[in-house]
Amino acid sequence: MIYKVISKPEFRAFVDALVRANTSYGPRQVDTDRHGDPIYQFMPVSSADDIAFDYTVTTSSAKHLLMPFRGELSRFNFSDSDWKQQVNYETQPIVLIGLRPCDISAINILDEVMLKGPYPSPYYLARRKNTFIIGMDHLPLPDCFCKSMNRHTVNHGFSLFCSDIGDRYYLSINSAKAFSCLKEFQLDDPTDEDNCRLIERRKLIKHSFETNIEVSGLPVFLDIEFDSPIWQKWGEKCLSCGSCAMVCPTCYCYSVEEQFDLDLKGSTRESHLYSCNLVDFAQVAGGHNFRPRSGDRLKYRYYHHYRGFAANDNQQICVGCNRCGRTCLANINPKDVINDLRLERESCLTCVSTSPDKA
Amino acid sequence: MPDMRFNIPGQSLNREPFIDKIPDFQKKCEVMITDRGYKCKITNIVPLTSQEKLFLLRIVDPMERVLFTFRPGQFLMLEVPGYGESPISISSSSSNQEFIELCIRKAGHVTSAMFEAKQGAMVSIRGPFGTSFPMEAMRGHNVLMVAGGLGIAPIRAPLFWIGNHRDWYKDVRMLYGAKEPSQLLFNYQFEEWRKVSNVNLMTIVEHPDDSWKGRSGMITALFDEFPIDPDNTFAIVCGPPVMFKFVCSHLDRLGIPMNRMFVSLERRMHCGMGKCCRCMVGSTFTCLDGPVFDYWSVMNLKEAI
Ligand SMILES: Cc1cc2nc3c(=O)[nH]c(=O)nc-3n(C[C@H](O)[C@H](O)[C@H](O)COP(=O)(O)OP(=O)(O)OC[C@H]3O[C@@H](n4cnc5c(N)ncnc54)[C@H](O)[C@@H]3O)c2cc1C
Ligand code: SF4
Ligand code: SF4
Ligand code: FES
Repeated sequence: MIYKVISKPEFRAFVDALVRANTSYGPRQVDTDRHGDPIYQFMPVSSADDIAFDYTVTTSSAKHLLMPFRGELSRFNFSDSDWKQQVNYETQPIVLIGLRPCDISAINILDEVMLKGPYPSPYYLARRKNTFIIGMDHLPLPDCFCKSMNRHTVNHGFSLFCSDIGDRYYLSINSAKAFSCLKEFQLDDPTDEDNCRLIERRKLIKHSFETNIEVSGLPVFLDIEFDSPIWQKWGEKCLSCGSCAMVCPTCYCYSVEEQFDLDLKGSTRESHLYSCNLVDFAQVAGGHNFRPRSGDRLKYRYYHHYRGFAANDNQQICVGCNRCGRTCLANINPKDVINDLRLERESCLTCVSTSPDKA
Repeated sequence: MPDMRFNIPGQSLNREPFIDKIPDFQKKCEVMITDRGYKCKITNIVPLTSQEKLFLLRIVDPMERVLFTFRPGQFLMLEVPGYGESPISISSSSSNQEFIELCIRKAGHVTSAMFEAKQGAMVSIRGPFGTSFPMEAMRGHNVLMVAGGLGIAPIRAPLFWIGNHRDWYKDVRMLYGAKEPSQLLFNYQFEEWRKVSNVNLMTIVEHPDDSWKGRSGMITALFDEFPIDPDNTFAIVCGPPVMFKFVCSHLDRLGIPMNRMFVSLERRMHCGMGKCCRCMVGSTFTCLDGPVFDYWSVMNLKEAI
């Protein structure tokens, strides 16, 4: 890692050059919500002017640029009674601009999931190898809880990371290509003052979190509370729409579907990002559904996010961006669900009242 | 014109050209099964009932035929090009490299397409995936196999294995139950299993018809008919979840240790490789850590039964 500082206009010129030479995605305002606030998304950009450098947060994550909502896995070309299978991993390099530390952490988590285990995904690897990431820090929104998940800072997984230190950016350069591109611009070595300002900035971010969730010991807690009535209570609210999984940066469950071409001369096998909240997620042929109730499915999603699965060493995969909470029409969000779950147990008086020292 | 100084060069990952250069056979198998299937010809189709057929597949490429090895209990992803993939247990002997047998019930989209397939049609398989029955660990012991309905499909693989290694095992018994007599699959092989493989086979049906002369009732009724040595017996149980729940708790009461009973779980599967998460039971993948689990693990899995 190399550390440099760059003035904001120079940085903008650098981004502009990069964006003009590559297929790039960055935060853009796409609409305004009912309160008149801007809605941002990671969209294709063709110059620095397209990029909303001071955006707050995007509604969806950048996950779909590494794991597309629909991604081709293989093709079959039919001839007489035979066929040929084609598998293609080639992808074009892309530049992602403006990812937040939690977004980059989320990509690091996806790396663990998709590239470890006995069968690493070549499709994901190809995309990941061809992704150039420029991260930028920001002050958390009132409902972000990345700090609780310890994902408010990140120190790997990007090509370049910029911290805002007033009139300049403090750059952490993590790739040779990023450095060679940056050399065309006016870079300075960080002064003592810059270093102090970086530390101040980090402190400020850390102390700006208004939402905190107690997640320590949560894995065991979730195991114990597997049959808690809380799940059905929240489940009754859930519309099983799957929006939470679509916007989440670490929800990666998918479904594989195959379709004939219209001329019936071939077919395509595609992966489609799916959501475990959708009713047929665990339904098998013959109609049996292993998670028939919306509460069972909601629980399963929380279980995956806050307990973790054996495949990624039982690590929590939520990064605390609260995208799911903002998107949910039924007002279901991690903070309320987890607090409710904890409260349910902690406010239970049955056993506490018999304990002698409480009497 | 983009300024080439700022162009990020693409990194190629097309493994296509490399596959043939991989010296290690095992590695080559692993590369192949993640996304590319083995092309197979359907060489024979045996109709069993109106709902089930037995398919004999032969891998077209002679080299790939040698590469494809599996252990009893494993499954593969059967692809009918254009229709999709389904997980199917391998129902043949693991020492037979010439043919792969799949016993398939017509249950939906892909399996119906397979039912329409004619002899000579080309399909594709990826695999083998998943865990297998610990046939070596069972050496020197009695083996009790319990199959319910289509559970006979996965149980045929260990059955053939035992036939090939009969002197490894002491008393081998198989209980096979179905709803109706006509649903007892492979009845044409029963004599062979009894005489050649020296397996004590007992059958039972829930709803007997007039022609049925054998036993009727639930499969657990058979346990009263012979002694079980709990300290010396391994059990393999395949069938619908309700059935193995009853059978395993019965065997548990008889004193067979839970880690000596093996069941094969069925879940929805879309990748077979521990990625799509469709097959999760609790925090475990059925496709990687299963489908064969010992009953102790199953008891410890949330949502397993
Ligand atoms: C480890 C394992 C071994 C199996 N072995 C056999 C066997 O030997 N013989 C046999 O007839 N059947 C077997 N099955 C069940 C078989 O996979 C399903 O009947 C089949 O997937 C139904 O697919 P379909 O497309 O015809 O049905 P649809 O209902 O159209 O299914 C659509 C999709 O759902 C998935 N799906 C639906 N039901 C199941 C299910 N029960 N299990 C897993 N995925 C499902 C499939 O991936 C399929 O792509 C096995 C299942 C598993 C998990
Ligand atoms: S939690 Fe909310 S967003 Fe997610 S499926 Fe339920 S209703 Fe939809
Ligand atoms: S579960 Fe919600 S808060 Fe956690 S990473 Fe996903 S969208 Fe963000
Ligand atoms: S089938 Fe995809 S994870 Fe098991």
